[in-house]
Amino acid sequence: MATETTTVAPPRPPKPATRAGRRPALRRDGRYAGIFLTPSVGGLLLFTLFPTAMALAISLFDWPVFGARTFLGLDNYTHLLHDPVFRRVVLNTVLFVVLYVPLNVVVSLGLATWVGPKIKGRQAFRVLFFIPVMTPMVANVMVWRLMFQPGGLIDSGLQSWFGINAPNFLGSSTWAMPAIVAMSVWQGFGYNFLVFSAALDQVPQSQLESAQIDGAGPLQRFRYVTWPMITPAIFFATTMTLITSFQVFAQPFILTQGGPGVSTQTIVMYVYNQGWQFLTMGLASAAGWVLFVIIMAITAIQFVGQRKWVHYDV
Amino acid sequence: MTSETAVVVGRRVRSGVSHVLLTIVAILFLVPLLYAVSTSLKPADEVFTATPHLFGSKIQWQNYADAFKYAPFGRYFLNSAFVAVAGTLVVVTASSLSAYAFARLRFRGRESLFVLFLGTLMVPQEVLIVPMYWLMQSLGWVDSYWALILPWAFTAFGTFLLRQFFLTVPNELEEAARVDGCGPFRSFFRIMLPLARPALAVLTVFTFISFWGSFLWPLIIVNSVDTKGTVPLGLAQFSGQAGTQWNLMMAASVLAMLPTVLLVVLLQKHLVRGLLVTGLGGR
Repeated sequence: MATETTTVAPPRPPKPATRAGRRPALRRDGRYAGIFLTPSVGGLLLFTLFPTAMALAISLFDWPVFGARTFLGLDNYTHLLHDPVFRRVVLNTVLFVVLYVPLNVVVSLGLATWVGPKIKGRQAFRVLFFIPVMTPMVANVMVWRLMFQPGGLIDSGLQSWFGINAPNFLGSSTWAMPAIVAMSVWQGFGYNFLVFSAALDQVPQSQLESAQIDGAGPLQRFRYVTWPMITPAIFFATTMTLITSFQVFAQPFILTQGGPGVSTQTIVMYVYNQGWQFLTMGLASAAGWVLFVIIMAITAIQFVGQRKWVHYDV
Repeated sequence: MTSETAVVVGRRVRSGVSHVLLTIVAILFLVPLLYAVSTSLKPADEVFTATPHLFGSKIQWQNYADAFKYAPFGRYFLNSAFVAVAGTLVVVTASSLSAYAFARLRFRGRESLFVLFLGTLMVPQEVLIVPMYWLMQSLGWVDSYWALILPWAFTAFGTFLLRQFFLTVPNELEEAARVDGCGPFRSFFRIMLPLARPALAVLTVFTFISFWGSFLWPLIIVNSVDTKGTVPLGLAQFSGQAGTQWNLMMAASVLAMLPTVLLVVLLQKHLVRGLLVTGLGGR
C-alpha cells in the first residue's frame, strides 16, 4: 500500500507541493468541486439570486397577480413615500424594534449574568428559555392571544388578586403594541440568553476573582472585566436581533391583525397585504426592497460602529 | 473564626435567595406553556373564569381527539412532517456536498464563491416572497408540495455550518485514504460524513424545526388549506373558524409544540452550535 504513495495522488500540503504535482490535482479537484457544488449553486441561483434581481424588476412595474403588467419606473416607490399607511407601518415597525431589541438584550444579558457558574441547574435554564424559540411561532402566539383576551389569564388574574379589570390589550391602541412586544420578548430572549451564557463561560474566573481581591464590586467587575470580553457576543446578538425584529410578522398578524386600525401593522404585513390581499405585486415588492435597504443600512451602521466598542483581541 | 463563618453563612443565604428567585422567574416564564396545557384539558365553558384555575371541573383528554375532528389536523401534521423531512433531506444533502467542496477541494475562485454564498444570507425572505410567488406561478407550483419544500431548502447557513466543522477534521485522515486511491466521493461518504455526525445532527434538527414552524410562506403559497395545509397554517385557519373553541385550539397548539420541545431537550448539549441555523431561519 505505502509503495503506491508516489504513483497515485500527489501529497497535499503541509509543505507546498511542487508545481508539477500541484497543477493536475487542482484541475481534478476543480472537476469534482463542480459536482459537489452543483445542487447548492443551482439552488441558490434559482431560488435566491434570480428572485433578488426579479424583486427589483417587479418593483418597477404595475404587476398584478394576473393580467397585464405595465412599466412604471419608480412610481411604486413614490407611491410608498406618499402612502400614509406605509409611513405608519414603517413607524410601527421602528417602534417595535426600539422597544423590543433593548428589552430583549437587557433581559437575556441580565438573566445570563445571574445564571452564572455558581447556579445549580444552569443547563436546565438554557433549555427552558430556549423552548419558545423553537416551538412554532403561531402556536406561541395563539397561547398569548388567549392570555390577552378579556377573561383570559392576565385579566382573570388581575381581577381575582387585585380586583381590577385588565384593559382589552389587543383591542386598545395604547396596549396592543406593548402586548406584542411582551409576547415577543418571552418568545425570543432565550436565543440571546444562550449566546450570552456561552460568551460568559469564556470569561476566566481567575480574572474575576483577582479583581474581587483588588476590591472591585460586582458592577465594576462586570464593567471592567466581563464586559470587554463579551462585546463580540453583544455585537452578534444585537445585530441578529435587530435584523430579525425588522421582519416581525406572525405576532401582529395573529394577535391583532395589525389593528386597531393600522396601529400595529408592520412592514412585512404591509408586503403581505399588498401582494396577497390587494394583489399588487409591484407595490409589495417595492415595500420589500425598502425593508431590505433599511436592514442593510442598520447592519452597516452596526458594523461601522462596532470599531468603537467591540474588542476582539481581549 | 466567627467572622469567617459569618461570611460563609452570608454567602449561603445569598446563594439560597438567588436560587429561590430564579426558580420563581422560571415558573413565571413557564406560565404561558402551563396555561396552554391547562386550558387544553378544560371543558369549553370553563376556559374563561373569574379566577384562574389550573384544573377544570374535570380533566378532558377528549379535547385532543376533538381537535382532530373539528379540523383536519391529522392531515396538517402529516403534511408538516412530510414537508419538514423532505426539506431537511434536501438541505442536508446540498449543504454537506458544497461544504465539502469549500473545506477540502482546491479550485479557482473558491474564496470569492464562498463570499457570494455568505452574501445570499443578507437577503431577507420578505424581499424574496414576491418574485418567489411569481416563480412558482411560472413553474405551475402554486399550492403544491414542491413549493413548500424546495424554495427555501438552499440556504448558505447549512454550508457555512458544515464547512466550519469539516475544517476542524484533521486533514491527515483523508490524506491517508486518498493516498490509498480513495477519490473525493468515497472520502466524503466514508470518512467525512461519519466524522461529522454531531454537526449533521444539529443541522438536521434545526432545519426540521424551522420547516415545522414556518408560517409566512405556506400562508402565501397554499390555497387549499384542507389538503395542503401545514400545522401553523391549520392553527391560524382554525382560530378564524372556531375562535371560541379555545380548549381545542390549545390542544392543537400543544401538539404542535410537542415535537420541537422533545428535540430541544434531546439536543440540549448542542444548542449553541445550532444558534446560527436558528437565527435567521423561521421561514
